[in-house]
Amino acid sequence: MLNKNLYLILIISTVFGISFWIGFNVNLLPAEASINAPIYDELFKILFIIGLIIFIGMTIAVIYSLFKFRKRKDQIGDGIALEGNLSLEIIWTIIPSIIVLIIGLYSYNIYDRMGGMKELNHSHEMMTSNTEKIWAGISQVSNNDIASNNLSVEVSAMQFAFLFNYPKGEFISGELHVPVDHKVSMKMESKDVIHAFWVPEFRIKQDIIPGQPTILNFTPTKVGKYPIICAELCGPYHGGMRASIIVEEESDYKDWFNKNTKTEVSL
Amino acid sequence: MTTLNSSKEIKKDDSELNEHHEDFRMFGLITFLIADGMTFAGFFAAYLTYKAVNPLPDGAIYELELPIPTLNTILLLVSSATFHKAGKALLKNKNSDTQKWLIITALLGITFLICQLFEYFNLPFGLIDNLFASTFYALTGFHGLHVTLGTLMILIIYWQTRPKEGRITSQNMFPLEAVELYWHFVDGIWVILFIILYLL
Amino acid sequence: MTILIDSPDSNNKSLQPKGWLRYFSFSLDHKVIGIQYLVCGFLFYLIGGTLASAIRIELASPISDFMPRDVYNQVLTLHGTIMIFLWIVPVVNGAFGNYLIPFYVGARDMAFPRLNAVAFWLIPPSGLMLVASYFVEGAAQAGWTAYPPLSITTPQSGQIIWIMSVLLLGGSSIFGGINFIATIIKLRRPGLKLMQLPMYCWAMLGTSLLVVLSTPVLAGTLILLSFDIVAHTGFFNPVLGGNVVVYQHLFWFYSHPAVYIMVLPAFGLVSEILPVHSRKPLFGYTTMVFSIMGIVVLGLVVWAHHMFTSGTPPWMRLFFTIATAFIAVPTGIKFFNWVATLWGGKISINSAMLFSCGFIINFVFGGITGVALAQVPFDIHVHDTYFVVAHFHYIVYGGTVFIIFSSIYHWFPKVTGKLMSEKLGILHFAITFIGFNLCFAPQHWLGLNGMPRRVAEYDPQFQFVNQISSIGALLMAISTIPFLLNIFLSIKKGKDSGDNPWNALTPEWLTSSPPPVENWEGDAPLVEEPYGYGKPISQENLIKKT
Repeated sequence: MLNKNLYLILIISTVFGISFWIGFNVNLLPAEASINAPIYDELFKILFIIGLIIFIGMTIAVIYSLFKFRKRKDQIGDGIALEGNLSLEIIWTIIPSIIVLIIGLYSYNIYDRMGGMKELNHSHEMMTSNTEKIWAGISQVSNNDIASNNLSVEVSAMQFAFLFNYPKGEFISGELHVPVDHKVSMKMESKDVIHAFWVPEFRIKQDIIPGQPTILNFTPTKVGKYPIICAELCGPYHGGMRASIIVEEESDYKDWFNKNTKTEVSL
Repeated sequence: MTTLNSSKEIKKDDSELNEHHEDFRMFGLITFLIADGMTFAGFFAAYLTYKAVNPLPDGAIYELELPIPTLNTILLLVSSATFHKAGKALLKNKNSDTQKWLIITALLGITFLICQLFEYFNLPFGLIDNLFASTFYALTGFHGLHVTLGTLMILIIYWQTRPKEGRITSQNMFPLEAVELYWHFVDGIWVILFIILYLL
Repeated sequence: MTILIDSPDSNNKSLQPKGWLRYFSFSLDHKVIGIQYLVCGFLFYLIGGTLASAIRIELASPISDFMPRDVYNQVLTLHGTIMIFLWIVPVVNGAFGNYLIPFYVGARDMAFPRLNAVAFWLIPPSGLMLVASYFVEGAAQAGWTAYPPLSITTPQSGQIIWIMSVLLLGGSSIFGGINFIATIIKLRRPGLKLMQLPMYCWAMLGTSLLVVLSTPVLAGTLILLSFDIVAHTGFFNPVLGGNVVVYQHLFWFYSHPAVYIMVLPAFGLVSEILPVHSRKPLFGYTTMVFSIMGIVVLGLVVWAHHMFTSGTPPWMRLFFTIATAFIAVPTGIKFFNWVATLWGGKISINSAMLFSCGFIINFVFGGITGVALAQVPFDIHVHDTYFVVAHFHYIVYGGTVFIIFSSIYHWFPKVTGKLMSEKLGILHFAITFIGFNLCFAPQHWLGLNGMPRRVAEYDPQFQFVNQISSIGALLMAISTIPFLLNIFLSIKKGKDSGDNPWNALTPEWLTSSPPPVENWEGDAPLVEEPYGYGKPISQENLIKKT
């Protein structure tokens, strides 16, 4: 009996060990380039490890049963007439409930840190006229930040391109240039069908819905060029609907901004 | 309905299984009406959401006159009662009474439809004028379709309850009961529709 | 209505054609209808599979080169619609439900045989209409979700045919659901209690409740959408003041329960298969029943988790996250109970068992990614990417389709009286399992790293992983060859199976194989313990047979 328990503990700790090792050492995600990204990756790691433990555990249980309890040639008759075990069933009702509840609360916390729970209508009075309704989005910008130094961009999506309007410079660009470590606040509108603004390296996505202006805020943390991808089927050229976001040092950004100000279109 | 088990088992215990047989046809109909009710529920949900979040453009007309729909509500409620009378009469084998009540019910249904059309022609907005107008016509139109179907079925029942030759008798009440339940359902939906669309 | 008030004509069945011709007739026999559903569904599976192969060929290279872009969108729309509405839903509900439920409740047929036949015969014409729309002016190309305004602005004829076809299929599904509920509740053999029913009855009861409650909403939504297309109303057209998100709410109110309409019957079927081949009672019958009902209730209130990026308000996101994650609890109970059913049994490792165990492993994987996707912050990054594609293929293919194959291996002797070849069956399992995992496991990585779904062209850095995935798809296509070969060879010259080759205790095996026209010679047996393996009654049965 003791021996059996020892084996069980050994197997469980091996499963945990493997899961944790994979969880910490295998990176499935692209580069982290915004404030959101490390928060997201923290959640991902936790979910990945829990998922691995359950998956490896269940797989071992199924394969072990198939080998251990397979019918040998000389065997006849049935297995044991075991119809259930109430305490065992209660255990595997309660433990998953607790795990799920903890994951839910934890992801709520993550979402709050990403700024998802902030009230949008109040924090964006600067950008929108009072009558206009903002529908949704992720807001990482607090009321105080608005007035100070964040960059606002108006995004219009159409079949099959993104256009970025810089109101302060009065010009429109096909590339999104932003200074590193600055809060960027985008107001997005669609001209025709539903599109989605997705930057994998920023771990943000927001549908751009016609008739419903949306807000999306983020703060890039790493200089580089990242893809902006449309993630909602929008027509034949959906796969080709891409743009680039260029995160650069503030001085580079200012040069680019000044160069483009007052010119019509820079592509 | 060809259910083999029933046709076979009837030999064993005629009365009990026959009732059992009736029972699950009604059960099936109730299930169907629940499904049908969910379609209306979807429409109502869409209407209420639009009302809550989609403001109409300036100058859009969405005022509804109350007299005709109120009359329509009364018409349908009365018709529910007259249909019930028809069923009662058939139970007592008074087929001519049943037919009388059925034709009154059908006429009430037709009057309802005429009033509805009259309202349509006198409304200040058309199907595609604005979101409210579209939803209004979709809801009342879908309900009107149900009333039309119901009226047609009442007329069929009327034909089939004719004395001596009709297939619907006090021994074979199911068709009448089924249409009656359907008619009450359509009335009930109208009351909800009236409250949500006209009174709210 | 006229269907319901028909008068009984008991000699109708003797007028039905005999032999294989009856499968092409308006038969009222639930067993014939079941096979009609299965074969019809499988033919559409072959069409849907061909479309899937076309998608994987296109995606073997990062540029759009195999077919024009709009054709690609039509292909992916048809693939999704056919696989869901013409293969999985009809087969896992209609085929096995019609074949098995009357046996399980001890009846001679379904409650409404004529309605049942109507429900089936709605499927082939609407399916053919859908496929034919490709050759008219092009099929629908807005995805199986048909989100407006895209579905309003793309070529209209294809979209309208799509709507009509889905409406007919929805009607078929509702008729089927009404029939199952009435059969299970009202047509039970006297003396048979609800809590003695085999688990598949419970699964079908739950599924049919979902069908009856949610499919009509989809029908209403599609009617409104067709008004937008034909009459230029503005329900979902923002230019005319409409609201596109309302469509999404109404659509997912059906289409999330649709996932449970696709997997709950599979849960029921696997609960029938595992106890038979591991010679043990189903572990925790009562909790299994309650978890099915729990999934039904929760399944109706989680739809907005498909819309975390479409501008739902924060409170709604929070509610739907928690509700969705909690579906994992009743689902988890079922999986633990199945493993406990295996534990300590005397397991025959055969094709049916392998596919069932493959189902458990695949579905656990898909379930875990499902719980992750339920979390709003997680979903925001991977929504509408290949991660989601991989997730739901693990659920519907790795889950339900594996169980469909498992059930075919399990019940083939019942239907034909012949045994299937185990060698070909195990080969079929091996190729399917490897091909499936090779095809879909890498797609999780693709989604996490930036490949959106429904694209014909993608970033060249993803080419290698996409090619692995395409090879997996090729294996899956090849895997149908041993399966079809097995079916045809076994029908032609399979060994006679006897009436009950598995020594099973569920009612359908207590009559001859293939069963007589009205299911039982004499009265239906009263099976109070469909899972009484290892008990004296089961041993008696075994001794009698050997």
